[in-house]
Amino acid sequence: MVFDLSRLRGPKNNTKLQRDYRLRLTNMASPPPLPSSTSVLSSASSLADSLFQRSLDDLIKSLRSDPSSEPSIIARSLSEIRREIRSSDPLTKSIALQKLTYLSSLHFHSMSFAAFHTLELLPSPSPQTKRLAYLAASLSFHPSTTELLPLATHQLHKDLTSLSTSSSSSSFPFLPSLPLHLLSLASSADLSSHLASDLVPLLSRSSPLQPKAVAATYRVLSLCPSTVPVLFKPLVDCLSSDNPLTVSAAVGAFCELSAPPNDPAPYLPLAPEIYRVLVNSRSNWTLIKALKIFSRLVPLEPRLGTRIVEPLSKFLRESQAKSLVLECIKTVVSCLPTHTEAMRLAIDKIKELLSSDDDPNLRYLGLQTLGMLAPGHLWALEESREVVAQSLTDPDRSICHEALRVMMAMTLQENSIESCTLLVRQAAKSDPEFANEILDSVLTSCSKDFYELVVDFDWYVSLLGEMARIVHCTKGDEISRQLVDIGLRVRDARPELVRVARELLIDPSLLGNHFLYNVLSAAAWISGEYVEFSKDPMELVEALLQPRTSLLPTSARAVYIQSVLKVLTFSCNSYIDESSSLVNDTVIARMLSLIEMTVGPLAESEEAEVEDRVRNLLGVVRLVANIKDLSGDKDKDGMIYEVVRVMDALFSDEMGPVSANAQKKVSVPEDLDLKDNLADLSEFISDNDAAMSRSNPSILFYPQSRNASEEVEVGPTSVAESTSLKEHRKRHGLYYLSTDKETTEPELTEDYPRVNETLPPSNGDTTRRVKVTKLRPTVVKLDEGEDLATSSSLSTKVEAMKDDPLSGAIKDVLLGKKGNGASSSFDASSSSQGKGKDKVKGKEIKSKKGEEGESKDRHKGRRKHKHRKEPAPPVSVAQETPVIQDFLL
Amino acid sequence: MIRAVMVISTQGKPRLLKFYEFQPPEKQQEIVRYVYGALSERPENVSNFVDADSVFGQGTRLVYKHMATLYIVFAFDSSENELAMLDLIQVFVQTLDKCFKNVCELDVIFNFNKLHTILDEMILGGQVIETNSDQILKHVDDIARIEKSSSTTSLVPKSISARFGR
Repeated sequence: MVFDLSRLRGPKNNTKLQRDYRLRLTNMASPPPLPSSTSVLSSASSLADSLFQRSLDDLIKSLRSDPSSEPSIIARSLSEIRREIRSSDPLTKSIALQKLTYLSSLHFHSMSFAAFHTLELLPSPSPQTKRLAYLAASLSFHPSTTELLPLATHQLHKDLTSLSTSSSSSSFPFLPSLPLHLLSLASSADLSSHLASDLVPLLSRSSPLQPKAVAATYRVLSLCPSTVPVLFKPLVDCLSSDNPLTVSAAVGAFCELSAPPNDPAPYLPLAPEIYRVLVNSRSNWTLIKALKIFSRLVPLEPRLGTRIVEPLSKFLRESQAKSLVLECIKTVVSCLPTHTEAMRLAIDKIKELLSSDDDPNLRYLGLQTLGMLAPGHLWALEESREVVAQSLTDPDRSICHEALRVMMAMTLQENSIESCTLLVRQAAKSDPEFANEILDSVLTSCSKDFYELVVDFDWYVSLLGEMARIVHCTKGDEISRQLVDIGLRVRDARPELVRVARELLIDPSLLGNHFLYNVLSAAAWISGEYVEFSKDPMELVEALLQPRTSLLPTSARAVYIQSVLKVLTFSCNSYIDESSSLVNDTVIARMLSLIEMTVGPLAESEEAEVEDRVRNLLGVVRLVANIKDLSGDKDKDGMIYEVVRVMDALFSDEMGPVSANAQKKVSVPEDLDLKDNLADLSEFISDNDAAMSRSNPSILFYPQSRNASEEVEVGPTSVAESTSLKEHRKRHGLYYLSTDKETTEPELTEDYPRVNETLPPSNGDTTRRVKVTKLRPTVVKLDEGEDLATSSSLSTKVEAMKDDPLSGAIKDVLLGKKGNGASSSFDASSSSQGKGKDKVKGKEIKSKKGEEGESKDRHKGRRKHKHRKEPAPPVSVAQETPVIQDFLL
Repeated sequence: MIRAVMVISTQGKPRLLKFYEFQPPEKQQEIVRYVYGALSERPENVSNFVDADSVFGQGTRLVYKHMATLYIVFAFDSSENELAMLDLIQVFVQTLDKCFKNVCELDVIFNFNKLHTILDEMILGGQVIETNSDQILKHVDDIARIEKSSSTTSLVPKSISARFGR
């Protein structure tokens, strides 16, 4: 019995045990070892997730079925994804990631929250999942946003080297190509330096991934210059690879490395290699890239030009590939302008492009290359003038743009009238956007270098008027600035300016266009300031006070009223002097009553500026009214005449342009302490600082604050002139405004500090001007600051180039290693060849000089590299074969 | 280098975006909007080039091709040749055509991953690595085969097999 029982019990116990065991197993299988209730829940939901998970296709379908509720669908799937992506099931996770990648890439939702999950999937054994993870990473990772990027280092290393370690049976090198993409899109300098050595085997001759590795190497090099010692040599070797794709990729990589803003100089020693590619390669892609590299090297070493001109001409003549021909044209035009034969070929080809009526692409590119011919071969541009002018009306905006650019490039003093008139006519016919682009380029190029292009200012001023009237014109600010600027600078243009201003003012329709308020304001100022050229002051007053002026903003209104005051003063003065036949009793009477009637109500204006000026004006009107009453007995009240005269004198002083550097040129009195106790003033002066810092040509008609207006008026006294300018003035004094007249407030001039006269002699402008002043009225120029500014920015640019760590590192490898050897072998071989060509010693000298300059730099660099190399795997750098080969020129 | 490859529908919806210089999602959206705006207002039968200075920086340009309901757009800088880029678009379209047999917008919409695969075989990090559409297609097929061979082991629907396979 007992035995039986035990026998019976045994198996029972066993089954129970087994059941327990199973239960425990399932519990263990459910992912996170959490308290049991949660564990059951999460396991259930995760199971539901994976059973009923929507695939990417489902997501796309639901998005397409109901486009109107797209945001809610996306929001719902995003919350699903957030749940699913935490799943322990790699497939559920990967599908969630796939959906997220899709939403992130095409619906612009951030997937930064999934960065860690992406990293988790990178090592997946399933190629599909792995690829999804890499795609997600390469689309969303970036060192600037992804802090977790360093965590990927090991996995990338593993995948990059998988080719050599695994005995992969598949013919296609699948795995290492994935990290290459990631490396080229989302790498950081750190990651690059860690993985650089892994790229070396991929760059080797036997690697099936050579082209891809080359492309990735370029990115790594540019991200992390310290990898140059490891990667540069293998990359150079790729230039002579048997695989044309590798060569193409390598030439492409060097094309990128030498592209601006990088310094192309370090790649000069590679010229022979690239030349070999240029001669031997059959792929147009490769040839184009090689040409691009040469177009950067030739300016550094002009003798390369003679070398490449031959193959270039051959391509130009024979190649059927338009892209290659185009590249040849560009190369010739940009860096072989002295090779007349090639140049002629290129120009012929450009004309061919221009005349291809059926292909707008070729016409576009033709115009583009035509523009590159300026300013050296303007005759070629002139020859195609008609085509260019015609292209301005092309339905294609890109072509119009290029045509405009070419048009401006070929605009010189001689043909500026013709070109600009044509352009402005064209602007009147064009659509608003392009019209304003035309106006913009006409305005900028004509005003450049103090209106250098403009010979006939009467024409230009009326052109400005014409531009303002173009329906879509939005360039009112610039036009008004130039109108006033010309008024100040070019005395001879003033009568025409006044005429143009009058036309603008009397046209009531212009008052409705808010783009023109500044132009009208400028016109009003001009007619007031130069009222002596006005033919009919009465008409002017009527125009300035016409009813529609109520549409103007306060600032313009104030200028209008101030101008009325000027006109009135002028008219009274000429009435007293009887100097003008236009001004008589009745005119003055009408003027006064008109002013009183229209301006009177404005005395209560809420705008301080308007009110102030109106009250001034009304004060004068009442004063003058007395003269009118006493007409016929003019000498009776001397006081009133006196007042009118003083008023007139006040306005008849000329305003001159103000140099932007005027303030700087005033020497500070010794006893003036500028540094102390000004800190508490900062809050008060901040506004005026802004006004002061404006560049010279900006003229304020309308003072933003009282101080700003003083600034403008005081300025002219502090004008300085370089000695050469003075001499120049002596010779051509006829055209210049006399210096005395430029002072507005004479009493100030006396005690105004003397100006520092020891300025650097001669700037280009003044000397150039000497040649052309014959016909052209003189333009007053005061600024020497501009040249200084550009030269300083240039020098900083050069410095920046020198500091570029990448080119420094490459110089180390290319020049540093065998610097002396290179120059000596160059010498020796050139003499041994003994061709009839000139042996220029210049290069040797130059390269030696360069080395001296760099030697310091190089030593530093070398030390750094040695230091870095220690942890890096054993890649031989020191005993490499010479990279530079002799290239005889 | 090539700065970006974009496929945008004539309705302004992006169908494929790949930027070879990192752009955060907001900036991407802005770029797509700008590019679509610039392209949609261009008439038919004009040149295929548009300046892109304002979005991709100085000296960059767009080249595009209008195919049925899609714009295929490449953005590139001065290191690329304009006509070569036009050719490259042609290569891309050809490859798609061969891959999907008369490609249409639906193919592009539903093959997000495949499109990326094709593009990745053609361009790496903004550098052109392959310009032969047959070669590209061969590589893409190779990848598909590798992925298939590793997944044929589980014929049961993916999630179920994964769950009970343990």
